[in-house]
Amino acid sequence: MLEVTDLSVSYGAISALGGISFSIEAGSIVTLIGANGAGKTTTLRALSGLVRAKGGRVTFAGADITNLAPHRIVARGLCHVPEGRMIFSNLTVDENLAMGAYLQKDQARIATNRDYVFGIFPRLQERLLQPAGTLSGGEQQMLAIGRALMGNPKLLMLDEPSLGIAPKLIRTIFEKIVEINRRHGVTILLVEQNANLALEISHRAFVLETGRIVMAGESRTLRANPELKAAYLGG
Amino acid sequence: MTEFLQQLVNGVSLGAIFALIALGYTMVYGVLRFINFAHSEVFMVGAFTGYFIGQHVPAHSMSGGLLALAGAMAASAVLGIVIERLAYRPLRGAPTLNVLITAIGVSLLLQNLAQYFWGATPRPYPELFPAANYNLGGIVVSSNQVTVVVVTLALLLALRFIVLRTKIGTAMRALSLNPKAAALVGINIDVVISFTFGLGSALAAAGGVLYALNYPSIDPIMGTLPGLKAFVAAVLGGIGNIPGAALGGLLLGVIETFVNGSEWSTYKDAIAFAVLILILLFRPAGLLGRFTVEKV
Ligand SMILES: Nc1ncnc2c1ncn2[C@@H]1O[C@H](COP(=O)(O)OP(=O)(O)O)[C@@H](O)[C@H]1O
Ligand SMILES: [Mg+2]
Repeated sequence: MLEVTDLSVSYGAISALGGISFSIEAGSIVTLIGANGAGKTTTLRALSGLVRAKGGRVTFAGADITNLAPHRIVARGLCHVPEGRMIFSNLTVDENLAMGAYLQKDQARIATNRDYVFGIFPRLQERLLQPAGTLSGGEQQMLAIGRALMGNPKLLMLDEPSLGIAPKLIRTIFEKIVEINRRHGVTILLVEQNANLALEISHRAFVLETGRIVMAGESRTLRANPELKAAYLGG
Repeated sequence: MTEFLQQLVNGVSLGAIFALIALGYTMVYGVLRFINFAHSEVFMVGAFTGYFIGQHVPAHSMSGGLLALAGAMAASAVLGIVIERLAYRPLRGAPTLNVLITAIGVSLLLQNLAQYFWGATPRPYPELFPAANYNLGGIVVSSNQVTVVVVTLALLLALRFIVLRTKIGTAMRALSLNPKAAALVGINIDVVISFTFGLGSALAAAGGVLYALNYPSIDPIMGTLPGLKAFVAAVLGGIGNIPGAALGGLLLGVIETFVNGSEWSTYKDAIAFAVLILILLFRPAGLLGRFTVEKV
């Protein structure tokens, strides 16, 4: 579904990604783990067109999407829930969801998608007319995911959905991610610092270290890997 | 009392024009975070377009006046969009100072082009709308003042509808809150920015025609002072804040008119800048502005 070949990104003179390659199979949950500053966010940004790739190639659903404008990438069904959620704080929950459906023309489909989002996150329906900035951190994360789902993603990229969220809610969010994948067939690329949890729900994993992929494999196998355990899973 | 009310009427009709211009500054600031100093020339070109259309429609007629107004708004909208496309878009992502200097350059270029093509001599403005004076218990209200207030109200309501109720208006707000997130939901940023320039420029053109009707001569540098004052009005209301720009414009018009009617009338053009300094000292976010903090 997604094929990344030798992707590199620099911020000015600083190289953030030094040529990474990986691929994602349709229907799977893939996680990208790595320490702070490893280049996880940069990877997602390059895939969604927020930063330019200096080199390499990204193909999605059979088409080359390298360095397309973000709105063209979203239109193809590659949606990105950014780090820090980035909901539109002064807009209502309802307006945030409407913006998520910005490129959708079919009103009936939009209505179905709203019901689908409310089915996953009933709390959003209760808060529909509230400014999004007044939601709790966990609710904002639900909104950020719901907003992305309004865009009919084939592949949903989530950047640290557990960041700054009450521990109790982290479980819930992860369960919802699995639900979105299993019940609705959305392929998922999950970036997490919480490697334990990410490896638990994912099929495959890649480990990123200073802009390079240093380990890749089935999540089940990686969870037992002593090197990885020492570095990312708290021993 | 009559005197006071008379000044208030005059102040509101001047302030309405400042408000129309201020909206363009504030909307562009909202989406691009810079001050489009060429906005005062868009206002001037709007007034000139109204003038030229006025040569071809019957004077003192409602339909002729509205046609001139609509034509001026359309022409300036196109001009605003072209300015953004040619001068500002190539600088997207460049330091704000570079863009500001470019804006000043565009402003001077347009003034000089206007002088080249239209000459520097002031031209008397055609009486586009039916003219009459109404005496309301000692307060004289001209029909042009009524036109200013009615047209401004209608445009403000239309703008409110666009910004709050339409998809592109919501996209404008989304973009001003978070450009990255706006791109990630599929908003074509360039289209929304063009739309914002078009909308703001159309309002400035309406302001230009209405201004020229009441201060009845126009010339290529007519935009400078009203443009600067409207910029102050936008800062007064809280730059980036749409209702704030309308309020700031209205307040500034009223303040200026009262100063003009007092013994300090020589300072009427300076008052705007005194207001600017006071605002920057005591309430830099403006009357309705606030520093928004994103929850993390
Ligand atoms: N906007 C930016 N400008 C300059 N350097 C950046 C920027 N964003 C990230 N970086 C650098 O790129 C590297 C990768 O960052 P990032 O992708 O955010 O890592 P992660 O998401 O894994 O924590 C880091 O060294 C970081 O300092
Ligand atoms: Mg990150």
